[in-house]
Amino acid sequence: MEVPILRQGQYLIASIQSALTDADLSHLREALIAQVGRSRCRGVIVDVTALDVMDSFAVRTLRDIAHMARLRGAETVIVGIQPDVAFAMVQLGLTLKGVATVLDLEEGLAFLNHRTQERFLETKPKKPSGRG
Amino acid sequence: MDTKKSMSVSTRASDPQAALTESSAGLLRELVAHLRQNRTQLREEWARRITRAELLTAMTEEEIFAEATAVYDNYVEALETGTFEALQAYSRRLSERIIPRGVETDEVVGIVLLLRDVLARSLFTKYQDNVEKLNRILDSYEPAANRIANTVAVGFVEERERIIRQQQEAIRELSTPVLQVRERLLILPIIGVIDPQRARQLTEQLLRAIRANRAKVVVIDVTGVAAMDSGVANHLVQTVEASRLLGATVIVTGLSPEIAQTLVTIGVDLSEMATVGDLQGGIEEAERLLADRAVPTTQVREIAPESTR
Repeated sequence: MEVPILRQGQYLIASIQSALTDADLSHLREALIAQVGRSRCRGVIVDVTALDVMDSFAVRTLRDIAHMARLRGAETVIVGIQPDVAFAMVQLGLTLKGVATVLDLEEGLAFLNHRTQERFLETKPKKPSGRG
Repeated sequence: MDTKKSMSVSTRASDPQAALTESSAGLLRELVAHLRQNRTQLREEWARRITRAELLTAMTEEEIFAEATAVYDNYVEALETGTFEALQAYSRRLSERIIPRGVETDEVVGIVLLLRDVLARSLFTKYQDNVEKLNRILDSYEPAANRIANTVAVGFVEERERIIRQQQEAIRELSTPVLQVRERLLILPIIGVIDPQRARQLTEQLLRAIRANRAKVVVIDVTGVAAMDSGVANHLVQTVEASRLLGATVIVTGLSPEIAQTLVTIGVDLSEMATVGDLQGGIEEAERLLADRAVPTTQVREIAPESTR
């Protein structure tokens, strides 16, 4: 099953709608990494709200997406992990270390806005910011 | 064939037996009539014996007498009808009333046995001239009386156990409150012993609360935890990681010197965990984290009213 990848401003949003096979996951990874460069976006959001099972392959793919997207210049954030899924993941030792995770899509957008703004400030420190 | 014949014989021969059962029913009726007749006197005797044996000291004499009357009537009724439902229900209600006042199991069993003795004694005096009849009366009285004593005692113990279960449940519920201090900041004070089951329940409750309250920072305060083994410590680490997957940062506060030493000695890896000395420091740290994040979110959402002050 194909995962739709939507563009929202500077960000790409991949919203997973149902359980995915390993092949689907690999396909999602390739499609996302290709699109990151093509659309020159600054952030990637992967929404996993609909997933009630997360196996080691899925977790590794998500981690790979995050690392690969970073190499292509975009921050990745995983949103919508269910409480039960989160607990099962840590019990299996799948903790998505080094990958940003937040509660839901809204938080994900806020997180990316924060991140990209930080970067923007870092590169142009001359401009004084009110609270920065 | 032979058996059939013998059976038919026995039906014919069962007449004296039927007479016997009938007469035992008659004896029971006679017994009940006797107990009804001497109700006042026997009841008073019983209440006196209770006071003399220093049972039910938590209750006043009037209360003892009132309860004694009710128990007596239920007792006689159970003897008469041979059904114990009413008595069961009554003993449950009685237990509900007297347990909160500190009445012990031995007292309840004691008073029922006393009543048995009082009634048996009155039967002895009534039938002392007719030993054969006394025997028959006691034959029908004793099993019923024992069963009554049993019913009351079991009812009392069951009620006690029910109360204990209820209280355990209440303690469990009370012991794991997830509190919202301000928007996006939760506090989870843990008090008492953490067993694996409770640890699991804590985690589940916390993860749900993070989702429901959209929390960004959680302070877990373990000041009230006396001891922690590696299982619980690892569970705590897992809780921290699971919370991070939901986008919440966890700060652990109030690790006692003993726990700190234990954890390091047994080699639990707590490097991923943010820890602050006490709850106050934890909340301050949490506020700092929240303030840090509040700035960029102004673009996508209105700042919470309290932080615009």
